[in-house]
Amino acid sequence: MRRGRPVNALLAAFAVVACAVTLAACGDDNKSSDSSTSPSGKAIKSNPDNANTNITVGSKNFTEQFILGEIYAQALQAAGYKVKKDLNLGSEQIALRALKGGDVDGYPEYTSTALTSFFDVQPQAIPKDAAEAVSAAQDKFANEGLVAYPPTPFTSANAVGMLKTKAEELGVTKVSDLKGKSQDLTLYGSPECRQRLDCLVGLEQDYGLKFKKFTPVAIDLRYEVLDKGQADVSIIFTTDAQLSTSDKYITLEDDKKVFPPGNVTFVASKKTADAAGPDLKTTVEKVQTGLTERVMQELNARVDVDRETPKVVARAYLREAGYIQ
Amino acid sequence: MAEIAARMIHPSLAFLSDFGNAFDFIFQTREAQTGGVEVGGLHEVWTFTWEHLKISFAAIGLACAIAIPIGLALGHVGKGELLAISVSNVGRAVPSLALIAFFVAYIGVGFTNVMLALVLLAIPPILTNTYVGVRQVDREVIDAGKGMGLRPHQVVRRIELPLALPSIFGGIRTSAVNVVATATIAPLAGVLTLGDYILSANVYGPDGRLAGAMLVAALALTVELAFAAIQRAVSPRGLQVET
Repeated sequence: MRRGRPVNALLAAFAVVACAVTLAACGDDNKSSDSSTSPSGKAIKSNPDNANTNITVGSKNFTEQFILGEIYAQALQAAGYKVKKDLNLGSEQIALRALKGGDVDGYPEYTSTALTSFFDVQPQAIPKDAAEAVSAAQDKFANEGLVAYPPTPFTSANAVGMLKTKAEELGVTKVSDLKGKSQDLTLYGSPECRQRLDCLVGLEQDYGLKFKKFTPVAIDLRYEVLDKGQADVSIIFTTDAQLSTSDKYITLEDDKKVFPPGNVTFVASKKTADAAGPDLKTTVEKVQTGLTERVMQELNARVDVDRETPKVVARAYLREAGYIQ
Repeated sequence: MAEIAARMIHPSLAFLSDFGNAFDFIFQTREAQTGGVEVGGLHEVWTFTWEHLKISFAAIGLACAIAIPIGLALGHVGKGELLAISVSNVGRAVPSLALIAFFVAYIGVGFTNVMLALVLLAIPPILTNTYVGVRQVDREVIDAGKGMGLRPHQVVRRIELPLALPSIFGGIRTSAVNVVATATIAPLAGVLTLGDYILSANVYGPDGRLAGAMLVAALALTVELAFAAIQRAVSPRGLQVET
């Protein structure tokens, strides 16, 4: 018993210290909250402090945007925020107006689109390096009172697409390989492509390609024209569902960097960002770490090909990756 | 400049400057919003207008060549009302956008395919109006012609066709306006019409888009007025007095 006393005293002392440390940790947690959900812990923890913050997540009006909007919305909900969705805003101009007007608090935008469409940066002036493009966009957004969060790993950009058989027949893997062959090839792209530096004009000027004919066509026909043999070459997107569901097509490597990098950044108003605290940033960053090009193609395919809803697809992604239960 | 001038007259007229800028776009080339190329200006406007007119008139011409003979024949024998009117009405109910999408998806893109889609769009009003025009011809006039020994084909050519012409041209007029307006979406199927200004607004900018809309509207209006004049000119004097 006697011997036991000092031990007890020691234990008590330990307990006091431990408790102090725990309290400190707890207190710290309440303020910056995310030391608990460290990068290694994948699941998003709901923080009761967020319950008073309303966040309306927006998106533009196509598949990839619907999915991204759902992913961010569901993740933020899991983090404890009160989330509303407005996922069909139309073009980027409308989305930006909705964001500035406070109709939505944040939405996913492509860095290349933001730079060219919002900030009048010409396509050839967009940094070729994805990280530089993102920081350029972040600076410009900051001037507008908007916060652009760190980007997704995937980049959604134009790409030169061909049937694999045709590419093998011609022996091409890079866009520059088309030199000397393009005069016999037909190119199909959106009507806009014809006069864009980050499309036909760039392919002609930077690669010195001269196609037999450029035919403008609705964007949703970009694979059909390849399938039907009308187009030898078609302008497609790097995250297209078709690239994951079929190995018929390949994209040629853009070795001279004509197509600017289009990583997605979640853009929020400064007001929302301040009100929401640090969980907004950590949650956004966390859920998008798994979004590589391959994964994004697959998610797009689940909606466009398998006809699942973006909501279900987003939920499945978050579950499979362990972000939510 | 235009904006300041408009504001000086009245602040609420500032929107007029948009139209001023659109006119600038039509008459003067400028750098594309996306950089690197020159857009706008009369030369480009004319190139698109010419393509727009070419595909529209090719479609209307072909539609006339198909619909008028069928309408005359059905009207003459007084049969096929179901075909001439009901089927045509169904045809008119199909949205032109859907029609073009269908053609592009199943047949392909390019001038001929888009034109054929526009022909399908143009046929129903012409067919219906031809049929109705022939049926409206006074039976006594036809009987008088027969009494004078006219053969059936002569009845069609000398009596029914001339008397149905105002109605037929009314149909062509409706079709022409439809076709000119619909040819706006042809750039989605490989034909560069004035619609490119509207569909590729990111390249041409808001001024280009407004200019495109103004040009298409002006073209449709011109076609409408031209056919109205023709319709009046081909109306036999007797019918003109009646109306």
